[in-house]
Amino acid sequence: MFDFVSFIPRAVMQSIPLLLGSTGETITEKSGNLNLGIPGIMYVGAISGVIGSFFYELSLPDRSLINPYLGILIPLSCCLLGSFLMGLLYCFLTVTLRANQNVTGLALTTFGVGFGNFFGGSLIKLTGGAVPSIALSATSKCFSKVLPFAKDTGIFGKLVLSYGFLAYAAIVIALLSSYVLNRTRTGLQLRAVGENPSTADAAGINVTRYKYAATCIGSMIAGLGGLYYVMDYASGVWSNDAFGDRGWLAIALVIFTIWRPNVGILASILFGGLYILYLFIPTGTNLAIKEIYKMLPYLVTIIVLVLISTRRKKENQAPEALGLPYFREER
Amino acid sequence: MNDAAKSKMKARIHIVKRAAMPWYQAAGIRALALFLAVIVCGIVTYVLTGDNPASVFKTIFEGSFGSERRFWVMLQNLSMLLCVSLAMAPAFRMRFWNIGGEGQVLVGCLATAACMINLGGKIPNGFLIFMSLMAAVSAGAFWAFIPAACKANWNTNETLFTLMMNYVATQLTAYYIIIWESPKGSGKVGIIQQKSQAGWLPQIGQYKYLLPVLVVFILTIIVYIYMRYSKQGYELAVVGESEKTARYVGISVPRVIVRSMILSGAICGLCGFLLVAGTDHTITTTLAGGRGFTAVMVAWMAKFNPIGMIFTAFLLVFLNKGAGEIATSFGLNQSFSDILSGIIIFFLIGCEFFISYRIVRQRGEGQNV
Repeated sequence: MFDFVSFIPRAVMQSIPLLLGSTGETITEKSGNLNLGIPGIMYVGAISGVIGSFFYELSLPDRSLINPYLGILIPLSCCLLGSFLMGLLYCFLTVTLRANQNVTGLALTTFGVGFGNFFGGSLIKLTGGAVPSIALSATSKCFSKVLPFAKDTGIFGKLVLSYGFLAYAAIVIALLSSYVLNRTRTGLQLRAVGENPSTADAAGINVTRYKYAATCIGSMIAGLGGLYYVMDYASGVWSNDAFGDRGWLAIALVIFTIWRPNVGILASILFGGLYILYLFIPTGTNLAIKEIYKMLPYLVTIIVLVLISTRRKKENQAPEALGLPYFREER
Repeated sequence: MNDAAKSKMKARIHIVKRAAMPWYQAAGIRALALFLAVIVCGIVTYVLTGDNPASVFKTIFEGSFGSERRFWVMLQNLSMLLCVSLAMAPAFRMRFWNIGGEGQVLVGCLATAACMINLGGKIPNGFLIFMSLMAAVSAGAFWAFIPAACKANWNTNETLFTLMMNYVATQLTAYYIIIWESPKGSGKVGIIQQKSQAGWLPQIGQYKYLLPVLVVFILTIIVYIYMRYSKQGYELAVVGESEKTARYVGISVPRVIVRSMILSGAICGLCGFLLVAGTDHTITTTLAGGRGFTAVMVAWMAKFNPIGMIFTAFLLVFLNKGAGEIATSFGLNQSFSDILSGIIIFFLIGCEFFISYRIVRQRGEGQNV
């Protein structure tokens, strides 16, 4: 019998970084910026939070004295700052200096992943600390704290109430982004910038400002995904490359949801489920087949990508000007 | 400040596209950007290690030229990166964003390993090498053909498609690694045909890496000639500049897309073949080592010119080896090199702006547009 009660919470926990990453990337892509730096940005978000709380925990005489508000606030603001700076760098290069988006994005990923692994692997050495590895269990407890009565609510509590606050924040952010994108004037103008920047420009919309704002906000949201992973999912333990290819999976999710953050909530749980499905399928001695299961999220994304391009339904397409630079002088 | 004053402020600076810049001036700007990037890298290294800059640069230099072995390893890495970059060039020239080099190399590796494992010792060695080569090249070409065909028929977004194909290739490799693993349960394939060396590329003299390096060198010249002087190379450039023009002059755009991508994938497959049969003689999921992504940057920084790519690829490999050397000697993480490469790439892609555009300042209040 397939064990849904233990499968679903694990799928949800897998899904939260993907959801945050894809919400961030959707907002970015709506402005016409195809930010392939998202995997790097998520690494930077994670490691910035880790660095912040590492120094905070180091400054405490005893780990148990941790102030829960500071314990959350310090890593959170470090994470937002780190990922904001990455977004800003991307914008400066692609919007102001008009560099190619794909190349800049890949460079950002190389840099970000390297940055994360470097500081994750060398932080202790650089600060001359005596601990063997980065384990921020005190901070992690603040992040993964659940409602006090959640344990008494049985299966419902296990399925719905057993996650840290960032998981609920991710869902709220996704719903809010959907609302802003589809129901507000700002969202309409942002979509106009992504669909046809010269028309938007002619209508008096400040294209540069929208691109900057959307990309930086998107980066910050994606950075939170990295923070959730390391602080809540991995219980505050940093290990190099553990975050893996989740950043690319987040980009895949953007396509799979056809650029809709609210769809992303369920879709990310599906992806999270596919990501760990191999742990739950009884395969007996055939271990190799598990690797094929891990391929599923990508295969599904490819199928969706091809399907939306064959259907040519207007509301299901990528933003028209996605990946294209906009120079007012070159019209 | 009111809006009118604001818009006046803004109108004082505007950006104009330059006419083609003389090559020495462009080279000067790039050299300046590289110089600034090196200074920033020096500062970063100094802050992290506390070592004095002169000794840092000496260590970086030793990473590639410190010993004969290091020099050959550097050459091998350079040629593999260059090979993937060469594969990217035709696709990028027609603005087809193939970022699936990673996957295309990996299926090339996979096909080579499959031939070596299953046919090794059963057929003559020369024939086996030929079979592996053909299998690798066609596997790479097939991996590139799928997104190309969708792009040509339905205008499917190729950046995202090729990106996803990377991970399909990774998982496929992971699947076969478990099937082929030896010894059982180790999760590794180990050195393939270690005793008989069946399917291994022959070694020229005592130099293990010389043959792959030579192959890539010849390939560089061929790709240069293909892009520069052949009819097909010209068609690529036309499609890249303007699809409408291409259609108007009677070039079949879908055909060019599919043909160039097959070429691109085939060269990636060749790289996979050289990796498995030529140097590593084993297969892992990380054998492509991020080269598919790095190659995008290498090709872009060289403006798709195969000769220029030798320099940009050398720059990145040199830096990678040097930063690795620094990391080792200070007990830091090997990812240090990614940070330095990132900084250099940011500067080099940023400086292109000053080559293509100039900033015009308007003087006087009333004269602005």
